[in-house]
Amino acid sequence: MAKKLKIHVDQDKCQGHARCKSLAPELFELDEYGNAHEVGDGSVPEGLEDKAWLAQTNCPEIAIEVTEE
Amino acid sequence: MSDSARVMPEHPPVTDWVHDFDHTDPRWTENPYPIWNELRAAAPVVHTERFLGCYMPTTYEAVREIAHDTQHFSSRRVIVRDVRPEVTNPAPPITSDPPEHKPAKQLLLPPFTPDAMKKLEPRVRAICNELIDTFIADGKCDAAARYTKHIPVRAIAHMLGIPEKDGDLFIKWIHEILELGIKDDDTLMRAVHEMTAYFAGHIEHRKTHRTDDLISTLMHARDKNGQPLSDAHVLGSLRLLLIAGIDTTWSAIGSSLWHLARTPADRERLVREPELMPTAVEELLRAYSPVTMAREVMKETTISGCPMKPGNMVLLSFPAANRDPAMFSDADKVVLDRKENRHAAFGLGIHRCVGSNLARMEMTVALEEWLKRIPDFRLDPAGKVTWSEGTVRGPRQLPMLFGKLA
Repeated sequence: MAKKLKIHVDQDKCQGHARCKSLAPELFELDEYGNAHEVGDGSVPEGLEDKAWLAQTNCPEIAIEVTEE
Repeated sequence: MSDSARVMPEHPPVTDWVHDFDHTDPRWTENPYPIWNELRAAAPVVHTERFLGCYMPTTYEAVREIAHDTQHFSSRRVIVRDVRPEVTNPAPPITSDPPEHKPAKQLLLPPFTPDAMKKLEPRVRAICNELIDTFIADGKCDAAARYTKHIPVRAIAHMLGIPEKDGDLFIKWIHEILELGIKDDDTLMRAVHEMTAYFAGHIEHRKTHRTDDLISTLMHARDKNGQPLSDAHVLGSLRLLLIAGIDTTWSAIGSSLWHLARTPADRERLVREPELMPTAVEELLRAYSPVTMAREVMKETTISGCPMKPGNMVLLSFPAANRDPAMFSDADKVVLDRKENRHAAFGLGIHRCVGSNLARMEMTVALEEWLKRIPDFRLDPAGKVTWSEGTVRGPRQLPMLFGKLA
């Protein structure tokens, strides 16, 4: 069984490129300035693990942490 | 080309790229990629005595370090030029450093979120189709002159609330500022003054007639102390939006069509698998990033082991960073479904392009609408592709033939 993933956007690093929102809209939301935040507590629903990793590997600011629970 | 002929004697041809690079050399303009590979192989940071002294980081890592280091590198000058006159006519936030940068940028961010761009998307889709209508029956066109050039002009005019038909004026100013202005200060200053007078008129009008557009939004914005912005601040930001929002995206759309015209496999794949468009757009942005920025060294420091001294400019080439093989596998190859792509086409750090979501939407829509209506196209062998010089790279003539090869 796949491990549960959790994501977190480091607000000190995020510059609002919004790459994560375009690649994984289910997992990220943007604030009024366009900066990204994880949806809810950052738990990645089953089936969206690939999208979480895709967002992580496309963030130009290396602002997204993905951890395995 | 008469303009560059007039000033060419001041720029002798480059014979030693590593110690004497010049981003206005015609060979750089024509095909910079082998030059960047040569520079990167020599050192992570190279230097030229041209432009009154200028460094260029050649690796992604060095570009990232400099972009993130606002202590040693200032944004007050964002174009590497032959001259370094007193800093006047700032264009916040692109020419701002901390602490002024953040409040100036926060004013501009809300109108450019992806959600805000979704509202503009139908207009952009219509603009693209209106343009295609004017040339599709000819079976050919100069895609730069007839298509890519007009999309961002009309989109930004629509956002600002100024007439889309003034587009030719904007294109003239931008050419004078970003290309001719590198070597000709009089032309640059004249263009800046004309542009300032144009926007001053629009601001005056809105003082008595409030409109629902970006100019009014800026005029009614409040700074962090609750005060309205000065006319000078609003004018600076408007100049920035116009300068930064037009030939950048024009170039990105043009380079993408140029690539697809000469790479049938990628073109056919995008037609067949339109769901690839989001990653394809990012990959085209990586491979053909249009925008090179600049910084000024304010305090001595060391980047990737290379000492950098105050008084020099820095040519901050995001396009070169995006071709660094240490960061991107097969860096010189376009891979439409590239999985790992932390490209820096919109910059890195606090100066991330405020219009990146607009540019991304315009590129996506412009490519989608073109491919829907003109799925088969190729470069016209009877014509010549030409590229812009200097700060923004993209095709300025892009002759295309439509239809399958007979």
